[in-house]
Amino acid sequence: MALLEINNLSVEFKTAHGAFRAVDGIDLAVEAGQVMAVVGESGSGKSVAMLALMGLLPWTATVSADSLTFDGWDMLALSPRARRRIIGKDLAMIFQEPMTSLNPCFTVGFQITESLKTHLGGTASERRARAVELLGLVGIPAPEKRLSAFPHQLSGGMNQRVMIAMAIACNPRLLIADEPTTALDVTIQAQILDLLLDLQKKTGMALVLITHDMAVVAETADAVSVQYAGQVVERDRVDSLFAAPRHPYTHALLKALPERATERHLPTIPGVVPGQFDRPKGCLFHPRCAFAGDLCRAEPPRLLADAQGRAARCHGPLDAAGQPTASRDLAERAAS
Amino acid sequence: MSASAETTATAETEGAPPRRQALADFWFYFSENRGAVGGLVLVVLLILMAIGADLIAPHDPTQQFRDHLLIPPAWQEGGTWAFPLGTDAVGRDLMSRLIHGARFSLFVGLIVVSISLTVGISLGLMAGYFRGWVEAAIMRVMDVILAFPSLLLALVLVAILGPGLVNAMIAIAVVLQPHFVRLTRAQVLSVAAQDYVTASRTVGAGPLRLMVITILPNCMPPLIVQATLSFSTAILDAAALGFLGLGAQPPTPEWGTMLAEAREFITRAWWVVTFPGLAILVTVLAFNLMGDGLRDALDPKLKRT
Amino acid sequence: MLSFLLRRVLLLIPTFLGVSVVAFGFIRVLPGDPIELLAGERSISPERHAELMARYGFDLPLWDQYLKFLTNLASGDLGTSFVTRRPVLDEFLTLFPATLELGLCAIVFAVAVGLPAGVLAGVKRRSWFDQTLMTVSLTGYSMPIFWLGLLAIMVFSGWLGLTPVSGRISVMYYFDNVTGFMLIDSLLSGQEGAFRSAAAHLILPTVVLGTIPMAVIARQTRSAMLEVLGEDYVRTARAKGLPPARVIGLHALRNALIPVVTTIGLQVGVLLAGAILTETIFSWPGIGKWMVDSISRRDYSVVQGGLLLIAAIVMLVNLTVDLLYGLINPRVRRR
Repeated sequence: MALLEINNLSVEFKTAHGAFRAVDGIDLAVEAGQVMAVVGESGSGKSVAMLALMGLLPWTATVSADSLTFDGWDMLALSPRARRRIIGKDLAMIFQEPMTSLNPCFTVGFQITESLKTHLGGTASERRARAVELLGLVGIPAPEKRLSAFPHQLSGGMNQRVMIAMAIACNPRLLIADEPTTALDVTIQAQILDLLLDLQKKTGMALVLITHDMAVVAETADAVSVQYAGQVVERDRVDSLFAAPRHPYTHALLKALPERATERHLPTIPGVVPGQFDRPKGCLFHPRCAFAGDLCRAEPPRLLADAQGRAARCHGPLDAAGQPTASRDLAERAAS
Repeated sequence: MSASAETTATAETEGAPPRRQALADFWFYFSENRGAVGGLVLVVLLILMAIGADLIAPHDPTQQFRDHLLIPPAWQEGGTWAFPLGTDAVGRDLMSRLIHGARFSLFVGLIVVSISLTVGISLGLMAGYFRGWVEAAIMRVMDVILAFPSLLLALVLVAILGPGLVNAMIAIAVVLQPHFVRLTRAQVLSVAAQDYVTASRTVGAGPLRLMVITILPNCMPPLIVQATLSFSTAILDAAALGFLGLGAQPPTPEWGTMLAEAREFITRAWWVVTFPGLAILVTVLAFNLMGDGLRDALDPKLKRT
Repeated sequence: MLSFLLRRVLLLIPTFLGVSVVAFGFIRVLPGDPIELLAGERSISPERHAELMARYGFDLPLWDQYLKFLTNLASGDLGTSFVTRRPVLDEFLTLFPATLELGLCAIVFAVAVGLPAGVLAGVKRRSWFDQTLMTVSLTGYSMPIFWLGLLAIMVFSGWLGLTPVSGRISVMYYFDNVTGFMLIDSLLSGQEGAFRSAAAHLILPTVVLGTIPMAVIARQTRSAMLEVLGEDYVRTARAKGLPPARVIGLHALRNALIPVVTTIGLQVGVLLAGAILTETIFSWPGIGKWMVDSISRRDYSVVQGGLLLIAAIVMLVNLTVDLLYGLINPRVRRR
């Protein structure tokens, strides 16, 4: 059994204009020690799904799933108290905005030792020593001095290191990193990613990396799940996905990478992710898809895996040459 | 087909006068707030009551019915529907006095807010626009006024000017206007830094035009809110001065003054103590409810102050 | 921080000078000259008039009078009451503890009720509790407290006979004035029932005076909580698996308190204004009633001194609040 198993997870938000389905029946499985990337544009529901797992969504959200298990625990059935014993200990998360994710009123040392105190106990001096060790581990110079620093006295990169130190304080089995480098300077981004992967290798924890950056995925992950408008559209190992993407959306995302560009201008994907009121009939991606036929406009495709276990939500997944394997035309399909 | 329909729709919205659009937006947000609408309705009723006091009130507010001293309200034993809310110690009809009292309270609010708004905006504009010693001088004077508890300063001013409703209004206006000065100055400082002000200056607009036509309109939303809330403060302070014997003088049917007269009958006639205060509370509450709604509707950023 | 402090203190000097000009000018702009005011209805001979003018220094040029006023002020001389002939400062010091005791009780009451209520309303947003509290606090905020005081006397003292009507303690008790705080002195006296009597006298004035600050604090706390609860660091605290009591009571509240402390500080001016009304209604022998009485009996040297002292208190409290703000907000402290 995988460390994390999500089956058919949906999240709906109550809004002034009716319910909005931010996550629409996604599946995800993460093995112990695996690095899983979750990729998608803003609004694809990738953060919301993870926040649902952590139980951090506001009261306007309704979470439903066939199963949502971490380490054998049914996270939906657990009492809040029992869930709090797992959250922050075996299952930890870091966020996009390091400058606002740390409490401005407390020192870095206080915020790190607080996690230790809550989950592991120990004496004050033990916790302090561990906090110094952690700050050293995440590459903060002069860790003893930094314990008494307030977040506003540190840079964004330093704060993200503190967040990481806080998250790994109790040796989690799974760390969820929600766009951990998006808010940082480009030069710092690589450092933080390297740090995360380094820590992952050292500790053997699993890592779910939420990102919108395909380049990051290529350098870091073992497996990848591509999300679009709250749905998983493709799931695969990183090497085979980059070699031959099967979903037109993934295909387009990869073509937009500067490293893979063949023309002078980077290709873009026309249009935007559908919102609450403009969800199309049929395949959610068809208004932006280069290969869409009338079948795509009529019927939503299902997420189907091929013989190698490569899953894509498409009526005619692409082959290695980037051409559709099946016709998307209703008449032609009926004929063949 | 559908695309062209959409374009027409957009063109229409854009073509509508922006002011009417803003007004519609404002009304949408304001009317969403039930308390604010309730406050508005109450304020309108109070204004109608004040205007039509002579028609609505069953009696002359100063007429003394010597055979009917301290008659309880109609529903209580000994009460009569000739005096629905009872009579006071010299036999005046309480209801008539309360209805006429609305005139004084609304009048006080109107005059005080007009004075402090005008003076406050002028001083605030000057402070924010000219900066330097003008600003320092104006703001230090405001600091001095704010260093005194407002009611105390109003009391002292009335002691200098002599008791009476007009002097009370002047005194309250003086203690209220520093808030308008500070608010206007802060607004001017933030607005004056905007590009459109610089643009207006580069095309040669003079200081007066810049201040009054370019900057001031953009400072208005918080000032409108402050004015509404000051309306209630003014009513409350005027009633307090009346209660302390330094505002409107008897036999004026001003609510605070009525309470002062009622004090000695506190154990004998609950109605002469209860109703004037209730009238003050309801009026002040109405303006505060409306002010809260205005604040939410005019500027969501201000919600937290 | 130090330069901020220095700037803040330096700014007090022009304000205080302005306050002293207001207090000094007050007597001089009154219609009629001060000695005539002092004499009141009695007629006074021209010689006596000149003598008194000289004694109080009213015959000097205005500028010299002001300088003399300031030098006297520096030596703690705030003038003498026209009516009681006692030094104004002595009178103030006798009466101030009564106002301080009442004011402290009122602010404690306002914070003790308003703060937790505001936190709860912010956490349980849109619940019946939240809506009720917002209605109650807006009503409290709109309350003419002199009327509330009268109602309280009417209901609790008159109809129910639960609380005394006026004063600080029953005339049955007499003891030495040690601290000036009736609650403490009555305990020190060891007389049976004295403390109960003092406390019973305090209840209504405390509630009446504390009503508006309570409403303001509850509203401010609620909106501060609402804002803070949406912050990223609150989500981080929950992601650490901390119990809700700790997330709300420590991580959120600590940040929400920053604006609330300022609000509480600003209530002191409101409280002093309210004390004028509350003390008048409950015959509470404090500085609020002192000022009202002095104005009505034309004891203008007392009004002058009182104005100055009360403004000084407000300025000191505002200064303290600013410093406190720096202390509780780490972002100000270390920058």
